[in-house]
Amino acid sequence: MSTGLQGPNGGAEPVYSDGVIRLFSLAAVLWGVVGMLVGVVIAAQLAWPELNLGIPWLSYGRLRPLHTNAVIFAFGGCVLFATSYHVVQRTCQTPLFLPKLAMFTFVGWQLVIVLAAVTLPLGITSGKEYAELEWPIDLLIAVIWVSYAIVFFGTVGTRKVKHIYVANWFFGAFILAVALLHIVNSAAVPVSLTKSYSAYAGVQDAMIQWWYGHNAVGFFLTAGFLGMMYYYIPRQAERPVYSYRLSIVHFWALIFTYMWAGPHHLHYTALPDWAQSIGMLFSLVLLAPSWGGMINGIMTLSGAWHKLRDDPILKFLIVSLSFYGMSTFEGPMMSIKTVNALSHYTDWTVGHVHSGALGWVGLISMGCLYHLIPRLYGKTAMHSVKAIELHFWVATIGIVLYIAAMWIAGVMQGLMWRATNPDGTLVYTFVESVKATFPYYVIRLLGGLLYLGGMLIMAWNVVMTVRAGRATAVPIPRVVAAHA
Amino acid sequence: MDILFLLIPLSAVLILFIVGVFGWAVTSGQFDEIEDEAERILTREPPGA
Repeated sequence: MSTGLQGPNGGAEPVYSDGVIRLFSLAAVLWGVVGMLVGVVIAAQLAWPELNLGIPWLSYGRLRPLHTNAVIFAFGGCVLFATSYHVVQRTCQTPLFLPKLAMFTFVGWQLVIVLAAVTLPLGITSGKEYAELEWPIDLLIAVIWVSYAIVFFGTVGTRKVKHIYVANWFFGAFILAVALLHIVNSAAVPVSLTKSYSAYAGVQDAMIQWWYGHNAVGFFLTAGFLGMMYYYIPRQAERPVYSYRLSIVHFWALIFTYMWAGPHHLHYTALPDWAQSIGMLFSLVLLAPSWGGMINGIMTLSGAWHKLRDDPILKFLIVSLSFYGMSTFEGPMMSIKTVNALSHYTDWTVGHVHSGALGWVGLISMGCLYHLIPRLYGKTAMHSVKAIELHFWVATIGIVLYIAAMWIAGVMQGLMWRATNPDGTLVYTFVESVKATFPYYVIRLLGGLLYLGGMLIMAWNVVMTVRAGRATAVPIPRVVAAHA
Repeated sequence: MDILFLLIPLSAVLILFIVGVFGWAVTSGQFDEIEDEAERILTREPPGA
């Protein structure tokens, strides 16, 4: 795969290893549709529980982790594999290290996804949020992840350019951190092929779980996608990163601070107060390095704002950063104990998650795939630019409906749950808050349907683009020897 | 809070590793002439790739 073309002197011209990138990119679009469809189903079930249909494999409790795993690991994961393999090659001016191992990561990752799709509806779960998959699948994930690290760092190690572009630092941190998080949090004692018990117990398990959970957000859903942002926004806008210096500074600040934020998931629980305080403090500090990334990405358009008018891919990329900024402001606010006392266990948390997931992760993924996919098939644009524009507006409206509904529902729930009569009794029963939430569940479902609709528009556009294009081998430009 | 016996040494090792990587980056010239690096990804690769 890396020696495909005849050079001018008759020798084989090295080409990039793009086959695996094509596979991951198309898989990403497929899993995006699947994951968002499951999301729509469970949103409908919350509004109308009859939709559980009395069938255990379709019950909300089993479908919810299928949704989260599909959108984060199947959709998000394939996007990260595709883009990191693309960016590392282009910025290191070298083909992938061990391309066959990279292909193994593709096949292996799809196997993980299929196993998740089978085991989760069967009710086989470890019960750990965003880490529900049982131990055999966890082992497979570990093997694939080590392979991924070998391919990625091997490619960086065999680079033809001295400088390691900033995006690769973000990808590298994402890969290493996820390896650490996965191995530590998934530690378990198996008792059968489908059942294990966590190596940790009680509040200690909770701490490990939310150290994992928050760093899954911080490294899988943030650092990895910031890596994408730092390559694809400059490429799409044809402008350099606003401040390369800032990108380096906020990188180090971000990866250091994120590790400490986990306890903000455990405010007012049995977790010791000092741990809660650390989580709150570092979550607030995290606002700065996060906004460093947002500012850097958005200001890359400085002097070229007019491009936003006509380029819907840039709309996706830049608006994703706006949502990133919103979520990384909202998150620190919700990490304040007093605020958390209201928001915890309410739908405000769900709104916050989806503002980050649909707004940041979703839109940046779409923007990057719209840039990448045509180029993987010998084209410079998708089949229909108008469809990209339509997708953008449909998705954005969907996001706004989703998060506004959840904000209102969440604050309402928090206020209802804490309302007390003068004699100290609760004003509302819990079920009254559930009933009051109903209309917001319907609005949220509508928002999610729009978002899914946008993804279907994308799937159509991708199919049309691939059919009209050709998978061509891209030669690697020769690096001028002296300067790196 | 027995988990601290794991978490604190683990964190210390992790921090040492991170500091080590940062130190390597500084000494091996990763942060030299970084003003040019932002431009390089635009000029190095043709727009169609």
